Amino acid sequence: MQMTYAEAIRDGLRVELKRDPKVYLAGEDVGPFGGCFGVTAGLFDEFGPKRIVDTPISENFIVGHAVGSSACGLRPVVEVMFDDFITVCFDEFANQAAKVRYMFGGKAKVPMVCLTINGAGVGAAAQHSQSLEALLTHIPGLITVIPSTPADAKGLLIAAIRDDNPVIFYEHKQLLGVSEDVPEGDYTVPIGKADIKREGSDVTIVAWSWMVQKSLAAAEELAKDGISVEVLDPRTLVPLDKEAILKSVGKTGRLVIVQESCKTMGFGSEIAAIVAEEGLDLLNAPIIRVAAPNTPIPFSPVLEQEYIPSVEKIVAAVKSLF
Amino acid sequence: MEFSKEQLFDFYQTMATCRAFESRVSELFAAGKIPGFVHLSLGQEAIAAGVFACVEKDDKCGLHHRSHGEMIAKGGDINKMMAELFGKATGTCKGKGGSMHLADMDMGLLGANGILGAGFAIAAGAAFACRYNETNDITLCLFGDGQSNRGPLHESFNVAALWKLPIVWICENNGFGLSNPVKGHLATDNVSDRAAAYGMPGVTVDGNDVLAVYETTQEAVKRARRGDGPSLLEFKTWRWHGHFEGDPGLYKDPKDQEEWLKKDPIPRLGNMLIKKKYATQEDLDQMKAIGEAKIDAAVKFAEESPWPDASELYTDVYDRQL
Ligand SMILES: Cc1ncc(C[n+]2csc(CCOP(=O)(O)OP(=O)(O)O)c2C)c(N)n1
Repeated sequence: MQMTYAEAIRDGLRVELKRDPKVYLAGEDVGPFGGCFGVTAGLFDEFGPKRIVDTPISENFIVGHAVGSSACGLRPVVEVMFDDFITVCFDEFANQAAKVRYMFGGKAKVPMVCLTINGAGVGAAAQHSQSLEALLTHIPGLITVIPSTPADAKGLLIAAIRDDNPVIFYEHKQLLGVSEDVPEGDYTVPIGKADIKREGSDVTIVAWSWMVQKSLAAAEELAKDGISVEVLDPRTLVPLDKEAILKSVGKTGRLVIVQESCKTMGFGSEIAAIVAEEGLDLLNAPIIRVAAPNTPIPFSPVLEQEYIPSVEKIVAAVKSLF
Repeated sequence: MEFSKEQLFDFYQTMATCRAFESRVSELFAAGKIPGFVHLSLGQEAIAAGVFACVEKDDKCGLHHRSHGEMIAKGGDINKMMAELFGKATGTCKGKGGSMHLADMDMGLLGANGILGAGFAIAAGAAFACRYNETNDITLCLFGDGQSNRGPLHESFNVAALWKLPIVWICENNGFGLSNPVKGHLATDNVSDRAAAYGMPGVTVDGNDVLAVYETTQEAVKRARRGDGPSLLEFKTWRWHGHFEGDPGLYKDPKDQEEWLKKDPIPRLGNMLIKKKYATQEDLDQMKAIGEAKIDAAVKFAEESPWPDASELYTDVYDRQL
C-alpha cells in the first residue's frame, strides 16, 4: 500500500498498539493534536487516553518514566519532540535506560522506544535542526535505528517495539512526506541489517536517513559519467552491519561516507575507522567523509543550504577518488 | 495509634538488622574488603523500618545511593546484598552493580541510583505501570534532602500530582547533602513545604521515631491506593557517619552530632518496649544477636562466594550479543 514515511510510522504504531495491550505512546502533544509533525494523528481517537498519553513539557519525566514503566512490564513508546532535546534528558538515556540491564546483573530490562526527529533544511536554525544520532551510539546498552524509507520505518519501528532493549528511533523532517509501497499489517525489518539501496561496482557510499536520498541522486548523476555507485544504508547504527559494509567495499574498493551532522566525531568517523582497521587491504583509495562543517546550523536559507551536504558535494567527493 | 507487640518487635528487629549490616559494612570497608563508594544509613534506621512495614511485596520502590537498610526492610536477600558489595558473582546484581546499584525487581526494588534525582521519573513510571496494569500496587520513591534540589523532581512531582499516580515521595532529610547542610542548600525550612506547589499533602515528621514514620507513611500509602494521588513525606534524621565511608564528616558540629546520637531510634523504641513491659533487656539483646547472626552468615556467604568470571564483563549489555 502506498504510504508516506509519516503514515508508515503511524501504521507501525497502530499495528503494535492493537497487538499488545502493554504498548502505549506518551509524549508532548502526541494525543488529539497528533504530534508536532502530525505523525501520531488519529491515534488518540482510535486508542483513547490510556494508550495515547499527552504529557507536560517534561523531557526528564518522559524518558525517565519509560525506564520505570518498562522495567515494570509495560512497553512504552515515548516521543522527544526534536533530536536537539535529547540533550535535555541525556541522563535518562545514558545513565538510566542504557545501564539498567547491566547494573542489575541482567535481572531487569527496559523495552522502551523513543521516537525523535532529525534534520536541517526547514529553517529551524541551531536548536531544532541537528542530527545528533552519534551521541547515543557511544553508550553501550542502547540501540539506534535510523530509517530512510517508509517501508524501513514501519518495519524497523515494529521490530524496535518488540525488542527487549531501549531503542532510539530517529525520524527525519525531510522524509516525512516521502511515499512508497509499504507492506500492510504485521511486518518487521530486522534490526542490525543494512540494505543496499542501489547496486554498483566502482564506489560504495554509506549513508543513512535523508543522506540516502542525496546519495542516490548523486549516484544517478555519477552514472552519467560512467561511475557505478553502490549506496548502502545501514538502517541501524547500533547494531551496525559491519559485514555488509566490508563486503560492499570489498566489491568496489572505494568508500565515501555521507552524514548530515558535522564532521568531527560523527558516526561516519566510526565507519571509517572500522573499514581502516578491518578492511584496509580492500581499499584502492582513501576513505572520504562528506559531512556538514563544524558549525551550528544557521537560520538563513542561503547559509543553511551551504551547511547541508549537497548532491554536488557528494558527486565531487566521489569523482576525487578516480 | 495502637501497635501490637509483634509489630513493635518487628520494627525493632528490622532496625537492629539494618544497624548490624551497616556497622559491619563500615568495618569491612575500613579493612579494604569492599571496593568503591559506600554510603551508610547508620542512625537513619527508623525510616526504613517504619516505611517498609506499610507496603506489600508487589509494591514498587525507587531507592537512592544510601539504601542498604531500605532494601533489607523491603525483604531483600541479605546474603546476596553483602556478596554484591564485595563484587562477587552471587551478588544481587552478579557483582555488576555494587552498593550504589542494588536492585531486586522480584521484590519491586527498582534500584538504588548513583545519579541523584534520576529516580523520581523512574519511580513515577513504576507508579504509572501500577495503575496501567490495574493493580492495587503503589510505588514509593525515597530520596535525600540534597537531591531534592534537582530539576527532575519538579517534572515528576507535577506529573504525578496531575495524573494522581499511586506514589509516595519520601525524603530522608539527614541534615546534609554531602558536606552542605540543609540550611545551605534549601530555600525553604522544610523539603515538604514544596508539596503545596503541586497540590499534594506534605508533612515533616521526626524520622527517628519509627512509630511516627509508620503512621505517616501508612496514611500516605492508603491515600495512594485509594487513587487520591501522591503525598510528600519528609523524615528528619541525622547521618551518623561521613557522607561515604572514609569521610570523617569534619563539617558537622560535634555538638549537633552528640545531640543526635542521643536520639538513636533503636534504644528509643527499646526503652518504650521495656517501659510497656512488652520486652525485657534480654529480648532486645536477642533481637540484636539475631541481626548480627544474619550479618555473620552474609559475610561468610560473600567471602566464600566466587568472583565473577571475566566473561561476565560482556554479558547483560543487551538481551543478546549484538
Ligand atoms: C547528579 C548527581 N550530582 C552529584 C552527585 C554526587 N553526590 C552523591 S551523593 C551526594 C549528596 C546527596 O545528598 P542527599 O540527597 O541529601 O542524600 P544523602 O547522601 O544525605 O543520603 C552528592 C553530591 C551525584 N551522585 N549525582
